[in-house]
Amino acid sequence: MTSAGEGRRGVTVAVLSTVVFFTLLAVAITHAPGWPEVRRTFFNWNQFKSSMPEISRAFLLNVKIFMIAEAFILVLALLLAVVRSLPGPVFFPMRALGIAYADFFRGVPTILVIALLGFGAPALQLSWVPLSTTFWGIVALILVYTAYVSEVYRAGIESVHPSQDAAARSLGLSHWQSLRKVVLPQAVRRVIPPLLNDFIGLQKDTALVGFLGSVEAFKQSQIDAAATFNYTPFVAAAVLFVALTIPLARFTDWLVLRDRRRRQAAGA
Amino acid sequence: MRRAPAILLVVLLSSLAAGCGGSSNKASNTTSTAAAASCAKGSLNLVHAGQLTVGTDNPAFPPWFGGAQKAPWKVSDPYSGQGYESAVAYAVATKLGFAKSEVKWIVVPFNTSFAPGPKKFDFDINQISYKPARANAVDFSDSYYDVNQALVVVKGTPIASATSIAALKPYKFGAQLGTTSYDYIVNNIKPSKKPSVFDQNDAAVASLKNKQIDGLVVDLPTAFYVTAVQVPKGKILGQFPTAGTPEHFGMVFAKGNSLVSCVNGALTKLRADSTLASLQAKWLQADAPVLK
Repeated sequence: MTSAGEGRRGVTVAVLSTVVFFTLLAVAITHAPGWPEVRRTFFNWNQFKSSMPEISRAFLLNVKIFMIAEAFILVLALLLAVVRSLPGPVFFPMRALGIAYADFFRGVPTILVIALLGFGAPALQLSWVPLSTTFWGIVALILVYTAYVSEVYRAGIESVHPSQDAAARSLGLSHWQSLRKVVLPQAVRRVIPPLLNDFIGLQKDTALVGFLGSVEAFKQSQIDAAATFNYTPFVAAAVLFVALTIPLARFTDWLVLRDRRRRQAAGA
Repeated sequence: MRRAPAILLVVLLSSLAAGCGGSSNKASNTTSTAAAASCAKGSLNLVHAGQLTVGTDNPAFPPWFGGAQKAPWKVSDPYSGQGYESAVAYAVATKLGFAKSEVKWIVVPFNTSFAPGPKKFDFDINQISYKPARANAVDFSDSYYDVNQALVVVKGTPIASATSIAALKPYKFGAQLGTTSYDYIVNNIKPSKKPSVFDQNDAAVASLKNKQIDGLVVDLPTAFYVTAVQVPKGKILGQFPTAGTPEHFGMVFAKGNSLVSCVNGALTKLRADSTLASLQAKWLQADAPVLK
């Protein structure tokens, strides 16, 4: 009885405080001295409507970039993570190389990798080197995100208790068999949320490819903003990115919840 | 007891709403009434009193700016008075009564030149083309240069043998962000490949050198600089005929700044005594075949 009553009161207080908080925020913003100018330059509905179709078309390039890049990243990062977890002194050079790779590509800002590859590689003037800026943008994103995602995989691999591997080996499985059939299935399942998290990061970073001249959503919005001296196209581009990432974030939440329920059910 | 915080908030909310209503927005409209006021140096509407603060982008490229580069400026030095825009800015400053030492240059990237809010410059001079839509956000001075677009290509590439605008359709073009060069490509050349757009001149030039684009569309004076210095194998294929209303560069001011009419007065005098024409002859090459 009491708990139900408190629950209702809790909901009431939550609703009330939310309404009051956002009303205060809205009042504070809309009464700022520069608000009319901000509204005109950032939230111009006509400008929004007129620039949205072209930005949406340009956004298809972002989608293409992250779909292609993610496919390569998921495979290459797993390879890198496995290489880094190789046991024994024989594999030291490969482990060192893996560490150097991860350190380098996590350390250099993505935009610099994109600029260096996108303008540097074609400057070699080799006939077999592709000239497409979008191609090099995708390569740069793959290199950078492989470094991040390999760390996620590695954390997953290390989270599997050593006794699992020991048990597998005692049953006669080789190191590779144990890795493939026992360790990795558990490791990958545990890191699905952080993997999706990096996928969302990748989606947003596709906007950096525009630096090379490819007209993706952000570049298109810049073109529109520069033509009219009005920033509303930026808001339009932001809406497109958010419309894509929010469903993915909720999907991630759902996956985590489902996994937890399953494990609890198995435990009971 | 439980209701107290909520009531407190509501009271706070209503007092805030009452307190803030209409108290804003008084400063912004005073300037337009002062537009007819005198252009005596002492009564000019300036960011810093007694000093003309002029913005442009860094690097400052020839032929718009000249002189040896001097930190923080790259490639050229706006303080040199050399190069067309630097020379025009100083000529305007002189007409308004400023000594050369009273002109201060600040770095204003193109993207921030039209940002809302108070401006850090009195005017920005950065090869910015007048467009009616842009004039909703900022004020433009009258033209200080009527500009034509031109096409830069690399010698020996297929596009270099094209002789008409119609023959340009199958190629990939590039332009700099915010320039009307991009509009010209989309609206007049109408190429089959999507043009590339670069944040800065150097990225566009790198792309042309790498053959990632076949042709770079820039304003004609810049085209001369690109072919003379930045792309040694480059050549100007030609300038484009004017499409629709002629295009011109204007200085950019905060919306409603009364300084515009004074600068326009100075520009009118500089045009009448042919200072502008002689500065153009001195700094800008504008002689290239017209593509049909």
